[in-house]
Amino acid sequence: MATQFDVIILGGGPAGYVAAIRSAQLGMSTALIEKDKLGGVCVNIGCIPTKALLHSAYIARLLRDAKEFGIEAGAVKTDYGVAMQRSRKVSDQNSKGVEFLMKKNKVTVVKGTGVLQPGRKVKVGNDTYEAKKAVLIATGSRVKGLPQIGLEINKTTVISSDEALFLEKAPPSLAIVGAGAVGMEFADIFSAFGTTVTLIEALPRILPLEDAEASDTLAKSYKKRGIEVIAGANVKKGTPAKDKVTLDVEANGATRKVEVAAVLMAAGRAVNTEDIGLAKCGVQVTERGFIKVDAGLQTTAPGYYAIGDVAGPPMLAHKGMREGVTVTELIAGKKPHAIRYDNVPSVTYCHPEVASIGLTEDQCKERKLAYVAGRFPFSANGRARGTGETEGFVKILRDKQYGEILGAHIVGGHASEIIHELAVARENEYTVEEVELAIHAHPTFSEAVAQAALDSLGRVVDM
Amino acid sequence: MATNVYMEALSPTMEEGRVAKWHKRDGDAVKAGETLAEVETDKAIMDLVARADGVLRQVAVAEGQTVPVGSVVAVIAAPGETIGAAGSAPPPAPALSGKGKGETGNVGVATAPAVATVSAVSGADPSRVKASPLARRMAKEAGVDLKLVTGSGPGGRVVRRDLQGAATVAASPPTFPVSRVPLPERPEGAYQDVPLTQIRKTIAKRLATSLGPIPHFFLTSEVDMERAGEAREALNKQLGDQGGSKVSFNDIIIKATALALSRHRACNAWFQEDHIRYWNEVHIGMAVAVEDGLITPVIRNADVKSLAEIGREAKELADKARSRRLQPSEYTGATFSVSNLGMFDIDQFTAVINPPEAGIIAVGSIVQKPVVLDGEVTARRRMRVTMSCDHRVIDGATGAAFLQTLKQMLENPLAMLL
Repeated sequence: MATQFDVIILGGGPAGYVAAIRSAQLGMSTALIEKDKLGGVCVNIGCIPTKALLHSAYIARLLRDAKEFGIEAGAVKTDYGVAMQRSRKVSDQNSKGVEFLMKKNKVTVVKGTGVLQPGRKVKVGNDTYEAKKAVLIATGSRVKGLPQIGLEINKTTVISSDEALFLEKAPPSLAIVGAGAVGMEFADIFSAFGTTVTLIEALPRILPLEDAEASDTLAKSYKKRGIEVIAGANVKKGTPAKDKVTLDVEANGATRKVEVAAVLMAAGRAVNTEDIGLAKCGVQVTERGFIKVDAGLQTTAPGYYAIGDVAGPPMLAHKGMREGVTVTELIAGKKPHAIRYDNVPSVTYCHPEVASIGLTEDQCKERKLAYVAGRFPFSANGRARGTGETEGFVKILRDKQYGEILGAHIVGGHASEIIHELAVARENEYTVEEVELAIHAHPTFSEAVAQAALDSLGRVVDM
Repeated sequence: MATNVYMEALSPTMEEGRVAKWHKRDGDAVKAGETLAEVETDKAIMDLVARADGVLRQVAVAEGQTVPVGSVVAVIAAPGETIGAAGSAPPPAPALSGKGKGETGNVGVATAPAVATVSAVSGADPSRVKASPLARRMAKEAGVDLKLVTGSGPGGRVVRRDLQGAATVAASPPTFPVSRVPLPERPEGAYQDVPLTQIRKTIAKRLATSLGPIPHFFLTSEVDMERAGEAREALNKQLGDQGGSKVSFNDIIIKATALALSRHRACNAWFQEDHIRYWNEVHIGMAVAVEDGLITPVIRNADVKSLAEIGREAKELADKARSRRLQPSEYTGATFSVSNLGMFDIDQFTAVINPPEAGIIAVGSIVQKPVVLDGEVTARRRMRVTMSCDHRVIDGATGAAFLQTLKQMLENPLAMLL
């Protein structure tokens, strides 16, 4: 096997494998080093299997409500183990797909744990590989527990998503610590599989990074579904026993005990920067532990680049994928479109789905921007009424002076799909007028986007 | 790829330019931003700068030659690119359409944030500017000609960040504070007799010799103050950096009036019973409201004073007037007067001539108004000026010509530099 390549990529997750494909497309000899399965957390223990499980949860709820639609499904029985097995198949298919793409693009895949060496080299076991042009660090991140309050992940009663994705049975009760995207999605999944779920968030709102209206809508929806939501809560102590965990939760000035069969830690992630040889290559990290990069994603060591989660927030697969494309184009001497980090869509695939791009309304207020919020509820959308997905809304924040789309927030069925119209609009600097002028098919969920744009101009039609 | 060097619109009203001097010769290496040539415009001598790195080739215009705006005067070849030496290939045809001449109301070179190339891809239609919808809108509101902005987006597209500076200018129109007048307390009785003070007596006497005996006529013109406003903001920024006091719109109006008078001496005159005294010096009387009336201290030789000097003097005189410390020499001898009630939200008014002067201008407030510019409705700062003329000295056309010059100066403050 060759030991010299133009580009060597450490880590085969979304950032790494996309970088590998683009690098090969640009005619550079490319090696990808991965210690586990190709596709990384996203494909194997993240985005992909959770979407499979969320769909199982969706079907369960759909069947429970089917009678109203004229369909008798009888008593709905769920089996998390079967759903889990299916999700594993989906992950494996995707991972194999990445393997196929590596072959197709003639990327050399090296299995093993790589350690960076000075001189643009990477050591894997006893072999040393040398990069003529660049080494890309794409080692990603992992879940972290909260050992300081007794909630170290023990993989039985205190688990992370890594374990939740392989459970054979849904636990009878589950406390989820952290109501970001991961916590919200697992609350949705386990609740549909019959688990009594308590969702605990330290910040005052669940989905704290989303627009307050999105958080409120989801909190209401979850409560209606029987998911207990405790926001602004401080988990003071966790006491794991053999088959249960007791949490001391302080909220609204009172401390209460929450006793559950298991706790799922969904608070925060840690980047994988230990033991990969950063220091001896001169690659520095920031105070928060991310790898320091310049505008061209180069680290403090020339010839070493960082992409994906290790390169800083937002820690999202699609952000890493874009960085993978951009960085390889830079290395190949092209002039890629600069990444607009303010235009990375954020999606939570719980039901109803939450998708957003740009600023929240609170951020507009903080920045003292002159804006108008245009809103349109799915309860007024014909398609949504037809499918019974009337929860949620589209909200577009329009700059008063120029009509710029400052931010857009969608809660509802298919929010994850229809946000992209606004991503395209923002990337190309369309104003609300251009969005509204595009004819939207009737009836569609996307019409709500056009209507929200119209509402921001003070001339909504369907409401 | 070669970049055409165009005769650019270096002043807002420039239609053609004379190459006064080439700083770079055919075959010289040039860097973007370097001066290629000095160009004499209708207003001044300006620098024509390189919009790309490379080698200057095909210099098609000789020193002293005048060509229309938009003509290709040379080509910058990319380093290493082979392009015939001077004269070996015909110069490319003028590429810009006549629209780039600058009467389009662009804010000009000074405020455009990133003045640079019309992307001169050979074969492409240079009159078509690639720009995002948002950038188009920002440019329109800021009055920036997109042709003069370098696009940093995909394929040279002009995007938001390329217009950020211009937008800030547009986003911060001057504010006119609303002064709140407290309700006066109603005094006892049906009326009050107040004896005439000296100043009221004088006003009564002097103005009775004006409107009655003097055959007045009035001319009104609406002036676009957008550029004057921008010039003022730029000046004040600089003055502020230097710790100087700020220039007001009134100072600009005084200066422009004085300069216009220096070109229209027929209006800078005194009616003297058996003769008319045409003044060579320009002394502007500036109406100042004081507690019990008004007085017009005089800014002498305002046509040759700098704006900063006028601003400083006007402030001193107004302060003195209000505290009644003006010396007679400071309020006599004006050759023309300016009365400004803009601060009271007066749109337009007529002022009474202060004899023996032959004219006075009455200045209304500056307001944002929708106006049609190049076939588009856009918001501009506008101001109404009304001139009162003594018909014994000034005829209609004479007054109108003066007012036209004044309007042009205010609308294009650069002209005051000439």
